[in-house]
Amino acid sequence: MSFFSWAWDWVTTDAYWHKPGWQGSGSIPQQLVAHLGYSALPLLIAALIAVPAGVWIGHRGGKGAVVVINIGNAWRAIPTLGLLTLLAVFLGFSPLTWLLPLVVLAIPPILVNTYEGVAAVDPGVKDAAAGMGMTPWEQVTRVEVPNALPLILVGLRTAAIFVVATATIAAYIGLGGLGRFIIDGLASDEYGPVAGGALLVVILAVLVLALFAGLSRLVIPAGLRKQAKTE
Amino acid sequence: MMWSWIPGNWSLIWQLTWENTKLGVLPALYGLVISLPLGVLAARWRWVYPPVLTVVNVLYAVPSLALFIALIPAFGLTDTTVIIALTVFSLCVILPNVVAGLRGVPAAVTQAATAMGYGPLRRLVTVELPLAVPVILAGLRVGVVASISLASVGQLIGVSSLGYLFIDGLQRSFPTEIYVGLFLVIVLALVCDLILVAVKRALTPWAPRPERRQRLRRRQLAEAS
Repeated sequence: MSFFSWAWDWVTTDAYWHKPGWQGSGSIPQQLVAHLGYSALPLLIAALIAVPAGVWIGHRGGKGAVVVINIGNAWRAIPTLGLLTLLAVFLGFSPLTWLLPLVVLAIPPILVNTYEGVAAVDPGVKDAAAGMGMTPWEQVTRVEVPNALPLILVGLRTAAIFVVATATIAAYIGLGGLGRFIIDGLASDEYGPVAGGALLVVILAVLVLALFAGLSRLVIPAGLRKQAKTE
Repeated sequence: MMWSWIPGNWSLIWQLTWENTKLGVLPALYGLVISLPLGVLAARWRWVYPPVLTVVNVLYAVPSLALFIALIPAFGLTDTTVIIALTVFSLCVILPNVVAGLRGVPAAVTQAATAMGYGPLRRLVTVELPLAVPVILAGLRVGVVASISLASVGQLIGVSSLGYLFIDGLQRSFPTEIYVGLFLVIVLALVCDLILVAVKRALTPWAPRPERRQRLRRRQLAEAS
């Protein structure tokens, strides 16, 4: 049997939708909601840190570039599984154990893209904003950030996908969410829940992609939309 | 931290490091080899690229663990499963850079090459690809670093890598093992990154180097005063 037939058989089995489910792993809707919760919180925290930081460094310009790009690249080398297990050994099952690795994972794409977006705003546009008498605060919030929005959204999208994908691994230290099915299935050598859980995570990730595609239509200024499409 | 654990387990650490290197570097190289022809096609025929980019974006959204699992029926719990999955991710990172690099070659340069009598293939190999090297290698750097880091997840389906130290360390509540694993994964990734920076310098001898540029500026300042 192929991956899809295993996954499909498992996902469409009625019991997993209603009952507490397979080996006490919770029902599919329950773990789906849990998974979304575990993904949204770290993403929000990472955005609150990385967007202002990226805007500030991009606005100041200058030497920040090399530093941001190199730190962003080196930061990616941190293996999430390692950070997760290390915190689990020291803190046990506290919220920080799963929250911190996911925040660490989400920061570099948001930071690098926000920085690049703001730094790449046409200098002519910035000069025009200053020439119209805008204060520095107005220049940042009304000109630079809106112009950088396409790239900021790309950063948030990449981070959201990383977090949704990696929240799966967090089940290894006992967290709920869709990873529960995968990890428990692997532990008891049953491929059905493993494949089913994986399929659900993939569907969730594709939904996140679609969500951001819709979001970019809503929030990106009309004048920039054509430009975003060609990228 | 129990330093004495390290010399006692030297051969295990060495073996895991080697396996992690293989699982990280091979996918990035395969990804590059596949991206080059695809990127050339996408840069030449523009209509090819948007659908390819959509596929790449969707593939990139697939969690690595899910892709490992999807490949298990075909390839079992082997290195091949992990290498194929990570090749797919490297491809997703490298391909957009190949296209961007080739498209970034100034039109005047390609026109000059054509005027000098270069055919399309010779122009591609001797003019366009060399000029695209910095952008392509920037993608390769991200691909290698991400693959080395993600290879440790393969341990969850039983494929040996430095991830073993994380999982064994957790099960035994022995942080030393996890520290060693974290340190080695990060060092491995940074070493590969630095090697690629050196490769870029070697392949683009015409690009100004930071030190040289500074020296030049200092000389200009001295002459001006």
